[in-house]
Amino acid sequence: MSKTKKPAATTKAPPKVKARAKAATKPRGKQLAENSLPRPGFAAVGNPPSHTGGLVRVLDDEGCIEQGKDPNLAEDTLLFLYEQMVQVREFDRRMLMLQRQGRIGFYGPILGQEAATVGSTAAMEMRDWIFPALREGAAAMMRGLPLVEAINQLIGNGNDRCKGRQMPCHYTYKEGNYYGMSSVIGTQISHAVGAAMAAKIRGDDVVVLGYLGDGATSANDFHSGANFAAVFRSPCVLFCQNNQWAISVPCSKQSASETLAIKGKAYGIPSVRVDGNDILAVYVVTKAAVERARSGMGPTFIEAVTYRRLGHSSSDDPTKYRDEAEVKEWERKDPIDRFRRHLLRRELWDDAKETALKERIAKAVNDAIAAAEASGPPADETLITDVFAKVPENLKTQLTEVLALEGRRVNDGAFPL
Amino acid sequence: MTATEAKTDTIKPGMKVMTMLEAITDAMRTEMRNDDRVIVFGEDVGKKGGVFGATLGLQDEFGEQRCFDTPLSECGIIGAAVGMAVYGIRPIAEIQFLDFIYPAFDQIVSEAAKMRYRSGGEYTCPMVIRSPYGGGIRGGHYHSQSSEAYFCHTPGLKVVIPSTPADAKGLLIASIRDEDPVMFLEPKRIYRHGKGEVPLGEHVVPIGKGRIAREGTDVTILCYGAMVSVCEAAAEESAQHGRSVEVIDLRTLVPLDEEMVVASVQKTGRCVVVYEAPKTCGYGAELSAIVAERCIEHLEGPVVRVAGFDTPFPYTLEPLYLPDQKRVLAGIEKTFVW
Repeated sequence: MSKTKKPAATTKAPPKVKARAKAATKPRGKQLAENSLPRPGFAAVGNPPSHTGGLVRVLDDEGCIEQGKDPNLAEDTLLFLYEQMVQVREFDRRMLMLQRQGRIGFYGPILGQEAATVGSTAAMEMRDWIFPALREGAAAMMRGLPLVEAINQLIGNGNDRCKGRQMPCHYTYKEGNYYGMSSVIGTQISHAVGAAMAAKIRGDDVVVLGYLGDGATSANDFHSGANFAAVFRSPCVLFCQNNQWAISVPCSKQSASETLAIKGKAYGIPSVRVDGNDILAVYVVTKAAVERARSGMGPTFIEAVTYRRLGHSSSDDPTKYRDEAEVKEWERKDPIDRFRRHLLRRELWDDAKETALKERIAKAVNDAIAAAEASGPPADETLITDVFAKVPENLKTQLTEVLALEGRRVNDGAFPL
Repeated sequence: MTATEAKTDTIKPGMKVMTMLEAITDAMRTEMRNDDRVIVFGEDVGKKGGVFGATLGLQDEFGEQRCFDTPLSECGIIGAAVGMAVYGIRPIAEIQFLDFIYPAFDQIVSEAAKMRYRSGGEYTCPMVIRSPYGGGIRGGHYHSQSSEAYFCHTPGLKVVIPSTPADAKGLLIASIRDEDPVMFLEPKRIYRHGKGEVPLGEHVVPIGKGRIAREGTDVTILCYGAMVSVCEAAAEESAQHGRSVEVIDLRTLVPLDEEMVVASVQKTGRCVVVYEAPKTCGYGAELSAIVAERCIEHLEGPVVRVAGFDTPFPYTLEPLYLPDQKRVLAGIEKTFVW
């Protein structure tokens, strides 16, 4: 554990010291000590599930660092986190607009959850793997997926890595160890755990981050995945974005548990609740969990409490099932505004930088949209490739027969498969 | 070389007489020695060596890192296997009985099967799901079912079913080496029956190639798994009545050796399809359709299905439920007199 502990001279003695001393006399002592997380300020699970109560926070609402909690991040890191959040928001806004204009078929907006995704992904090393859920496309772009490629996926065009086979927001980016998910809720949890088990078996220095939402904690795969993660001490972090709503079902109707974090605890996974709109808190909590996994101490469950300010997707109208006053309240807790206040306070940011950043992002997004929209649809052959490593004869026959009806041939008759 | 062929020779050096179960263990042992990415896990597969003993000795030889017990969760087993395969190792996941695979169905059909396609080939899922299936052991509803059709209906999965010890080994090794997810279904009724010669060490039977278990000219029987020996016995009896019956052991349902099927039926002009799953929408229905589409000009009688009943699998009346020699014989006759 000492390996994972960074100098934290400014912090007061954490309560776990007591637990440790006590534990030394008990048979379960080792386990207790390991289960206490290495950073001060981590809340135990089971605290009241209010926004602030029991949540790890670094920044207060005004963007000031709470006493004794400064993670002492480099200025570069702070600016990177901020710029990424701004980019995610702008990309999100523009993509939703494209959907409204009929230029893409569907979109799952992230508005309000930028800190949770950016902060957690930034805490991983590039060699670590990410298993996303619906709203973590930003992670792929942070890892280097070019914007144009993201938009290729949203359009489903001929340059899409998925070859136009998946609905929008199902990015894949293998070079960035970013996994291509399905739409099934929660299945990726077991995959993240399995990949972490494999990394451990192979002796690779790789940690896996598996994202899920509040709704997924009700799904079978959460329970089997969390159980496997704990039993096999797999080097993973399960990061739950509790954005309060699973389409139209509020978290209060999703689970009768006091918190979602307590579910992780029940499986024997050290679990923590963090203010998901506080990017510094998300970053340090995830970083600690990653270090913990990397040092062989097994998984951590993080419940990041945040809020989905728009609909579940472009097809959803949230005004039908929730109170706008609630949304307004969360607008005041905006993660980007909060962090900007912090940077302004520290004189790391100013209006001129903000304007320049937004102009840069707007140009990058405009260019990416133009390039993506210039691409044609996927080739007919892609209907039958990649079902198996080698295209079976019956699929060739099926495609050839159908194309013949339309007077088309498969790639000039020479099957390139 | 298959066990049937081996019977005609004396035991050769490098061959050993084994049960199907022993051949399956031998296949895993061989591949685990060949490739350190191969691991085996599931319920009770560690110290106990599996409820049927298919993984006996593997933990001793390869350690707990490569052969281990899991919590009792089929969706966890397959979900973890998918993650492992995506990461780059070669999991063999044992599902104790095919009857218990349904909690993992989502992981199989929504995840493993679609991985390559949905990611445009970026991510793949080379893994083997081994599971004993089928009736004949007095297992009642939940230890007897033949649900292969569900998996054959899902694009992206290969479905392999051996009927001899040598094929069990050769096909399992081919499955482990395959680049796609394979459902390797083991006819548990013949796990310990009908020993056969099995090559020691390297032995690969390619996926997608059927086997002519018995040559004939009057009628073709298409079958797989535990039904193969039933059909062979029926063919033998039928020969005494002057019928020359060709028995094709499909070996793999997906991909199907369609050319072997079509060539045989075009030769004989008659076809009986035998499977122990419920008759309606079973794999035999697909076989019948293929024969109807491609062999109509050659058919001299109806394509006949001999199958299980469209009922849940019974306990006491299991012998009535399962196709037997008598029913296969009746099926053969139906292709001549209808």
